[in-house]
Amino acid sequence: MTEFAPLSLHVPTRPSPQDNATIDTSRLSPAGAVRRPAVDVDPTEIHDLAYKLVRVLDENGEAQGEWAAALEPDVLRKGLRDMMKTRAYDQRMMRLQRQGLTSFYMQCTGEEAVACAFQSVLEKGDMNFPTYRQQGLLIAQDWPVVDMVNQILSNSADRIKGRQLPVMYSAKEAGFFSISGNLGTQYIQAVGWAMASAIRNDTRVAAAWIGDGSTAESDFHAALVFASVYRPPVILNVVNNQWAISSPQSIAGGERTTFAARAHGYNIPSLRVDGNDYLAVKAVSEWAVERARRNLGPTLIEWVTYRVAPHSTSDDPSKYRAKDASAAWPLGDPITRLKTHLIARGEWSEERSVQLEAELDQEIAAAAQEARGFGTLHDGPKQSPATMFEDVYKDMPRHLREQRQKLGY
Amino acid sequence: MPSRTMIEAIRSAMDVSMERDDKVVVFGEDVGFFGGVFRCTEGLQKKYGASRCFDAPISESGIVGAAVGMAAYGLRPVAEIQFADYMYPGYDQIVSEAARLRFRTAGDFTAPMVVRMPCGGGIFGGQTHSQSPEALFTHVSGLKTVIPSNPYDAKGLLISAIEDDDPVIFLEPKRLYNGPFDGHHDRPVVPWSKHDLSEVPDGHYTVPIGKAVVRREGSAVTVLAYGTMVHVAEAAANDTGIDAEIIDLRTLMPLDIDTIVRSVEKTGRCVVVHEATRTSGFGAELAAEVQERCFYHLEKPVQRVTGWDTPYPHVHEWEYFPGPKRVGEALIEATAKD
Repeated sequence: MTEFAPLSLHVPTRPSPQDNATIDTSRLSPAGAVRRPAVDVDPTEIHDLAYKLVRVLDENGEAQGEWAAALEPDVLRKGLRDMMKTRAYDQRMMRLQRQGLTSFYMQCTGEEAVACAFQSVLEKGDMNFPTYRQQGLLIAQDWPVVDMVNQILSNSADRIKGRQLPVMYSAKEAGFFSISGNLGTQYIQAVGWAMASAIRNDTRVAAAWIGDGSTAESDFHAALVFASVYRPPVILNVVNNQWAISSPQSIAGGERTTFAARAHGYNIPSLRVDGNDYLAVKAVSEWAVERARRNLGPTLIEWVTYRVAPHSTSDDPSKYRAKDASAAWPLGDPITRLKTHLIARGEWSEERSVQLEAELDQEIAAAAQEARGFGTLHDGPKQSPATMFEDVYKDMPRHLREQRQKLGY
Repeated sequence: MPSRTMIEAIRSAMDVSMERDDKVVVFGEDVGFFGGVFRCTEGLQKKYGASRCFDAPISESGIVGAAVGMAAYGLRPVAEIQFADYMYPGYDQIVSEAARLRFRTAGDFTAPMVVRMPCGGGIFGGQTHSQSPEALFTHVSGLKTVIPSNPYDAKGLLISAIEDDDPVIFLEPKRLYNGPFDGHHDRPVVPWSKHDLSEVPDGHYTVPIGKAVVRREGSAVTVLAYGTMVHVAEAAANDTGIDAEIIDLRTLMPLDIDTIVRSVEKTGRCVVVHEATRTSGFGAELAAEVQERCFYHLEKPVQRVTGWDTPYPHVHEWEYFPGPKRVGEALIEATAKD
């Protein structure tokens, strides 16, 4: 007994609010350094890639390496526009929340490339199972912004009738599965949806989304097991933005390892990718979607990025991290980086950026204004309270009819 | 008409449903090749192939969560949880996801799925092979909860559940799988073949969800029961000679209030019986409904005969299980003249 020193509990150290030096920025490969395997690669042959970082754009905005595709300037300008529109949307919604027009909002600042580029490789009929931080999936497919704002305002035109907290969109037509407040639950559902597609000999694929923090939920594990066993056409996205509210990714189990590496035990091929590099995100998404569509099975992708904004409108990050934390982030800003690339190619300019930013701000403001015409959380028209009793079941059972009558409807 | 056990009836329901609709898929632990630990899915994989009936990893949240995704795609999954006692890891998916999907999307996405789970005690199953967790489902908005008491209902209700567009929790009292059980554990078990309700048609038929049935007509007292306790209540009525009217609820949510009220208004007395623990059990809801709707017809307080508020014990099976003796005492008390 005496030969053992007393045990001690290891609680991962966290980036101090004064100093970001403890953010894990190891394993950042240079642009172009990581190889591009064939889509039918044996997962065991790319284990090393889970500890590297697929990057295309270098610090000068040049596209490098095997993942650099010859993309038309129009495609990239659309990508830039999608990301800028997503940011403009976030900023406007923040303002609506601060004005008291709604109760809550969540931005995806700094993470725009991940959702926008991923969406650009999907086809109509594919299904995303997003978290609350992938609004770019809707914006990149030019989903009507008014429709999104209606949801934020819980107004009379809200397609989900004001039943859900703001940002919990649902749009089947857009291949955007209903967002739930319960973390991780949609990850295994995406696998189930993909299994269904395979059972039906369909060609549609599913995309699962989760954050770094929620990988600790048991449904993450369940999803990987099912994906491993049945090999359905699913892309398992892990958006590692370094933070789960106040908890650094080390508390989720990211200390001295990567989330991409989680896939190895399941024999699922995985890649770790620069989430702020639009070209890298697009190329890797394309690779994974092609694998899925060719019936080669699931892929796990860790998108390495940074949550620049507060967790939500109810959060104050200055209580747990430095105010300029994102400035120290080595992967920069996805919008700036793609802009730099386009400018380097002579396909864009600062002036056009400034002009587009103003244009998008106008467009979003107009959409927000239009949505306000349908009411806001506290003012204007809203759904009848009688609708509260609808859709609990397909047909309203007697006890709900009685309760609705009790409320006076 | 062939006589079937509850197991055969349940299997037949899935067979008929899979035959009629290729969107019906059946999966769960040991459900595929082996045919289920209770034989409920025997032969289905062979007949319909491994992509329609397959084995699942031991993960209840995985099973239910995958079913939600499949249902959202447009399939009609029938998922099995090996024992109701093991549904808790899947509870988040049932409560937060399956139950609410239609509501939170205003019908954009739905979850037409069935979660089958063997439940109930009386089999020396101990703590984790005997529980009756129905109240954990009836409390959840958006779920339907069904529990048959005989082969005929089991098949008809399961087909209804599979065809229903809402998520249905389908509880199967495993004590009734091979024969009716009235709680007289000291007597030999009678097989289903001796029971009228084991006459089960081969093909398609349904028993409506949300409809109770009067299993035994009587005038002295109304007994509200479901699952195994229907048979126990019948034994108690026979043992005591009390002219009890026994209602087999069959569906707990949505509840057939009319059948209940009609009976209690006639008898003026009501005894609620279930295996599940007492406090906040489904019996509390039944007693409250009867009290609210039949107050002026009641001659006596509504009684509840239930499992005790303890985990399900092993050695004390028959002291725990609310058998015909305890139910009979309640019938005597409920019908006593003051």
